[in-house]
Amino acid sequence: MQDDRLVIAGREFKSRLWVGTGKYKDFAETRKAIEVSGADVVTVAVRRVNITDRSKENLLDYIDPKKYTILPNTAGCYTVEDAVRYARLARAAGVSDLVKLEVLGDEKTLFPDTAGLIEAAKILIKEGFIVLPYTNDDPIVAKKLVDIGCPAVMPLAAPIGSGLGIRNPYNLKIIMEQVKVPIIVDAGVGTASDAALAMEYGADAVLMNTAIAGAQDPIAMAEAMKYAVHAGRLAYKAGRIPRKLYATASSPIEGML
Amino acid sequence: MTANAMQIQVNGERRACRSGSTVGDLLRELEINTERVAVELNLEILERKEFELRDLKEGDRIEILSFIGGGAPTILGGTRKA
Repeated sequence: MQDDRLVIAGREFKSRLWVGTGKYKDFAETRKAIEVSGADVVTVAVRRVNITDRSKENLLDYIDPKKYTILPNTAGCYTVEDAVRYARLARAAGVSDLVKLEVLGDEKTLFPDTAGLIEAAKILIKEGFIVLPYTNDDPIVAKKLVDIGCPAVMPLAAPIGSGLGIRNPYNLKIIMEQVKVPIIVDAGVGTASDAALAMEYGADAVLMNTAIAGAQDPIAMAEAMKYAVHAGRLAYKAGRIPRKLYATASSPIEGML
Repeated sequence: MTANAMQIQVNGERRACRSGSTVGDLLRELEINTERVAVELNLEILERKEFELRDLKEGDRIEILSFIGGGAPTILGGTRKA
């Protein structure tokens, strides 16, 4: 599938698995997991520099921004103002105009505040940002996000870090049918089959963090996810057989005794 | 505090700083590589070229930010043992 590239806002991506960089044991493990996953997009958060302990290493010393597309997020932002502020800071820190926009509505579920999300996206798009919004599995909100200029939408499979897998496959399918921009299923993946399923449904990519970083063996899980996303994509492109209630023999009857 | 020092706030902490320092001076003093940081001076985000041009004054609030590992907000610790 050499030519099966994902294109978002004119940018081409080789990998349909995108990964977060949080929750790893250390930067060496982060780097190794990302390498093994084959992902070429990695998300990062924007936080205060530790000014009292300058010995702390920098993530970007381990993840080469020339090799990977660094996608800053606005994780942890619960208001439009905060999300916009963090997006602007991310751009000022000098990676690109890309931002994974999160406006969270609730600490317990980390579900998106979709009204806030749309409002923040409008502001940032006007400022020239390429906004990739983390949204709910709501087809109407997804359409609105595209209408205001988001070049992709990132609906959740399940709550962030929950590992529940795809909670609402029918809504995701509706989004995939009705929205004509790439769909990146983001958050809630627990294991490889969840990722494969998302791709089989027709997702253009899957973004995950906890499913890899929180596994007993993150490096092995990174590899599993790479194959799962690839297999799911191939199966989607190949076109599955329809489901039928009764058997259809695979071997011919002709020539039997 | 000497006569030629002033108090500013850096990443939420009070700090003494030489009068007449620029933002660039402060970053050097803190040994911060300016390549991938964002600096906010009293809520205004500065462009990198402004670092050497902007003088600090008493009571200024500076935020210096950079990229850290993240993907999802970390409220859940994952299943792995440390």
